[in-house]
Amino acid sequence: MTITTTRAGAAHTAPARRAARRGRVAEALWGFAFIAPTGLGLAVFYLWPVLQTAYFSMTEWGVFGGHTWTGAENYARLLADPEVGRALVNTLTYTALGLAGIPLAIVFAALLNRKGLRGVGVYRTLFFLPVVTMPVAVAMVWRWLYNGDYGLINHLLSLVGIDGPNWIADPATALYALVVVGVWSSLGYNMIIFLAGMQAIPAEYYEAAAIDGAGPVRQFFRITVPLLSPTAFFVSVVSVIGSLQLFDLVYVMAGAGGAARANPAYPRMQTVVQLFYDRAFVTNDRGYAAAIAMMLLVLIVALTAAQFRLQRRWVHYA
Amino acid sequence: MRRPRPRVGVHAVLIAASLAMVTPFAWQFITSLKTLSSATAVPPSLLPEGRWENYGRIFELLPFADQFLNTVLVAAARTAGQVLLCSMAAYAFARLRFPGRNLIFGLFLSVLMVPPQLFIIPQYQIMSSLGWLNTLQALIVPGLFSAFGVFLLRQFFLGLPRELEEAARLDGAGPLRIYWSVMLPLARPGLVALAVLVLLWSWNDLFWPLVANTDPERLTLAAGLASLQGQFQTDYPVLMAGSLLASLPVIAVFVLLQRQFIQGIAHSGIKG
Repeated sequence: MTITTTRAGAAHTAPARRAARRGRVAEALWGFAFIAPTGLGLAVFYLWPVLQTAYFSMTEWGVFGGHTWTGAENYARLLADPEVGRALVNTLTYTALGLAGIPLAIVFAALLNRKGLRGVGVYRTLFFLPVVTMPVAVAMVWRWLYNGDYGLINHLLSLVGIDGPNWIADPATALYALVVVGVWSSLGYNMIIFLAGMQAIPAEYYEAAAIDGAGPVRQFFRITVPLLSPTAFFVSVVSVIGSLQLFDLVYVMAGAGGAARANPAYPRMQTVVQLFYDRAFVTNDRGYAAAIAMMLLVLIVALTAAQFRLQRRWVHYA
Repeated sequence: MRRPRPRVGVHAVLIAASLAMVTPFAWQFITSLKTLSSATAVPPSLLPEGRWENYGRIFELLPFADQFLNTVLVAAARTAGQVLLCSMAAYAFARLRFPGRNLIFGLFLSVLMVPPQLFIIPQYQIMSSLGWLNTLQALIVPGLFSAFGVFLLRQFFLGLPRELEEAARLDGAGPLRIYWSVMLPLARPGLVALAVLVLLWSWNDLFWPLVANTDPERLTLAAGLASLQGQFQTDYPVLMAGSLLASLPVIAVFVLLQRQFIQGIAHSGIKG
């Protein structure tokens, strides 16, 4: 009697537990199988390469391939290289000025967010066109618009009596001309993000403010702007990361490849990524290029971390 | 309640800004239909002429048809590959339990933080040692894997209701079946958003095609057009025709799938 009970009890638990364990093992195996392709691909093409680049940054590459360990030499060279200094100044100036696009995007998002406004879809589409257009094409069109002799911009300026410069071949204007294109092409993207942020603000806030007699401008500064600050923080982080990696626009607008060297404004346009491309794939100084890439990583991490620290001062989380 | 005022001021500002957005494209189109001498006339004429030949000239200056086909093939392969592979990994991270799941997901995410310049030299070496430089697979294969895509779709899967999955499990369906017949159909909006983004990035990418391929017949449109800029600096009408032709397909897809595009891009916001 006792024996049977024990047997029955064991039959009830042990195989069930075994079956459950088999189920868990099977689930884990399926899990590994599902992540395996992407996991292997990321390891081979992304994770391992990052470590390799870190290693390469401490080597020097021979003309005929092969590389030798040189420790921190590339980094010492980096600090003393005036071209790196210029590229850093250009990149950081472009990044800082590009932030002017954020208030602009907020204003346009606020205009589009007005209840019952007609044609919102059309405006949104038009603002978004530059976002989806190939940057190479955008750069070509703007290069033509900026042309000193035949460009549309100087033609329009001449109608009001201004003799415009040769925008992207003039060291005094080239970088600012790039900023304008950068802001122009990211305005639609930023605006869409702000529009989504605005639509998440409860309508009651505005209704209450209206009852208290606040007009649209006051409502914008007292309700929309503070409640939108987390979105603005996010957009600022994303645009700084993007701006620090500027390449396509300069590559085409300065005159691709060798032609860029002939552009007198090139020293005022060359970015960190430009310099990376040049050292890695034009002069084949890959160890040095790897050090430049590491510098870019440090720059991105540092500026992102700084923004996270500063957000306490101006970001309001509701 | 007051009647809402007609918003003349708001429309005036928005129309002015829209003009600033559209004018470069309009000027691109107008210039593309001019002769070189009329494009460089001072003052410029604001009207297009009928020089449709410029669109043919671009096929003589570049292997434009090859480059177009390359761009389509690379974008299609990368989009299909990422949607499949990322959705598999995302499903596993969102729904299956396996040891080390959070650690592995963290490793995936770490790729998101790193700028592409840190992958490029080793990727170039991999392609070189495989003998893949100047091939289409060099442009396709590294782009099949994406930490961003996994992240985007995992968020999407986490937001889906579990009931249908539970029902399928009780009917004896295994993970493969649940993924394929239950999760993928439910996740369609997320998959479309990812597809649209990969298509856009792949179509427009310049850096990697420039690095991996030098043979004009193996370039994509972005890299092909960029190479033209150095050589034929002055023939702006033909350049405008080429750049318009190259960017038009994505613009057309955008106009057709606007909602998905904007959703996807708003989601990509998570990227930071």
